[in-house]
Amino acid sequence: MKLQQISVFLENRSGHLAEPLDLLAREGINILGLSLADTAEFGILRLIVRDWGRAESLLREAGWVVKLTEVVPVDVEDHPGGLAAVLRSAGEADLKIEYMYAFSLRHPGRAALIFRFAEPDRAVAHLTRAGFRVLEAEPLLAAVE
Amino acid sequence: MLKERWNDAAGGFHPASAPDFLPLERLREVQLRRLRAVVQRAYDHVDLVRQRMQEKDITPQDIRDLSDIAHLPFTTKADLRDTYPFGLFASPMGEIVRLHASSGTTGKPIVVAYTREDLEVWAEVMTRTFASCGLHRGDIVQNAFGYGLFTGGLGAHYGAEALGATVIPVSGGNTERQLMVMQDFNVTAMCATPSYFLHILDRAADMGIDLRDLPLHTGVFGAEPWSDAMRRRIEMEAGIRAYDIYGLSEIIGPGVASECSEQHGLHIFEDHFYPEVIDPDTGEPLPDGVEGELVLTTLSKQAMPILRYRTRDITRIIPETCACGRTTRRFQRVGRRSDDMFIIRGVNVFPSQVEAALLQVEGTLPHYQIILTRDNGLDQMTVEVEVTPEVFSDQVRALEDVRAALAKAIEHILGIRVGLRLVEPRSLARSEGKARRVIDRRDI
Repeated sequence: MKLQQISVFLENRSGHLAEPLDLLAREGINILGLSLADTAEFGILRLIVRDWGRAESLLREAGWVVKLTEVVPVDVEDHPGGLAAVLRSAGEADLKIEYMYAFSLRHPGRAALIFRFAEPDRAVAHLTRAGFRVLEAEPLLAAVE
Repeated sequence: MLKERWNDAAGGFHPASAPDFLPLERLREVQLRRLRAVVQRAYDHVDLVRQRMQEKDITPQDIRDLSDIAHLPFTTKADLRDTYPFGLFASPMGEIVRLHASSGTTGKPIVVAYTREDLEVWAEVMTRTFASCGLHRGDIVQNAFGYGLFTGGLGAHYGAEALGATVIPVSGGNTERQLMVMQDFNVTAMCATPSYFLHILDRAADMGIDLRDLPLHTGVFGAEPWSDAMRRRIEMEAGIRAYDIYGLSEIIGPGVASECSEQHGLHIFEDHFYPEVIDPDTGEPLPDGVEGELVLTTLSKQAMPILRYRTRDITRIIPETCACGRTTRRFQRVGRRSDDMFIIRGVNVFPSQVEAALLQVEGTLPHYQIILTRDNGLDQMTVEVEVTPEVFSDQVRALEDVRAALAKAIEHILGIRVGLRLVEPRSLARSEGKARRVIDRRDI
């Protein structure tokens, strides 16, 4: 129901983003979802990979500051209003969304969105009750490989 | 390029300056008499001094000659910190009429005290400072040293008044107002930190004001190290003579030493402050002309007599006599210090203070580096802190909060604005053993 996301601290310098991504590429780790939050001085690279445990230790050993966070993948209909319905429901339940981004899932007519909720467990329970499909991590990761 | 300037009949000499021109034998007599008295006073009234002298098995009677000063114990900044706030006072509070404070190493300031007599001496040495910089009655002095706990503002203020000049107590900051005052009040002399004056110069250029068109002819600069290149730039762009003055709160504040018309070394007002230069490692006195650490003894202080204060400033006594006619010894302008302290915008900063702040926020000490730069003439301090897994978050806001908390903790301890940048781990250089904590890019 929940997915482990890897966050990496980056200084905001040109060409800098490539370094951790190169490292993962050399080790054959495919990036399934990615978002980058940045300020004038630093950025936070957030990654979804299948073998997150290995990716995390590789990055850590290479000297990066890494953190694992639970995020919630939600299945939405790939048409106008699909995302809005999820946001409305989350708002009604007073679920705080720290950030969200799209996941590269290739099912026709469906899209997966990654949500970072302040309270992931309550979010999963609420969204499930409200009729949304919170995706299972394993089949989801398998689907994109 | 320098402006023609008005001189009165006295030719820059002020009666208060007489001790600067004493015959040497006479000066040494005065010094010895005062040294014996101040040692006796400290021995009688300051526990720490008596204890240390007893440990070395010496009494005030053992001071028979000026060279006997080398037998006395040193006083360090740590001693002032350890006896915070009033532990080194030699006068009862009923006789103390003023307290000042300067930044210390642990967040607690160092407190200094003055009797009425001390304030008179302070005004006298500052009068001699201004006279030495060529100022006199009739000059209009804009005092941009900060007024308050810092000794710079009030020290310069009373000295300029005693000189007979007209003082404008504008204090630091508000650069546009500084320029308005400078123009509208026909200011002839300016007191400021050199970096702040450069900032004023840059602001003036932005506003289309050319200081060379104004009556301003003299700048009295101190409270931080500055280079000869910086002096040349100030003199060229402002059309003034720029003088270096020296002082420290522990001794009296500004007014310990000043340049003269020769602008070659700073004359020490040594009838009040006895100078020695020592080997900073062994503590042994060095002969005049040899570079070492400047050590000062207050010869006339009542409220807080300080014996052999380790200034940490590296300099040498210039042995040759000065063309200005003063007989007091000169030391070379101070460019560096024997510890890792640095001075920014007139504030003494020790890396240990920054460490204390980082520790307070993070719990453990992260790797950090202090970068000093000079932007538009104003000194800037930026602390780069390596992000640790403990404080790292996937959320921007949480990291911004960490950044702000670190900056606030440092600003709280130092009392000045600092920049704070979070950097990747291992991005700061580590040298063998000791990390290079301070990178000074101020080009001084």
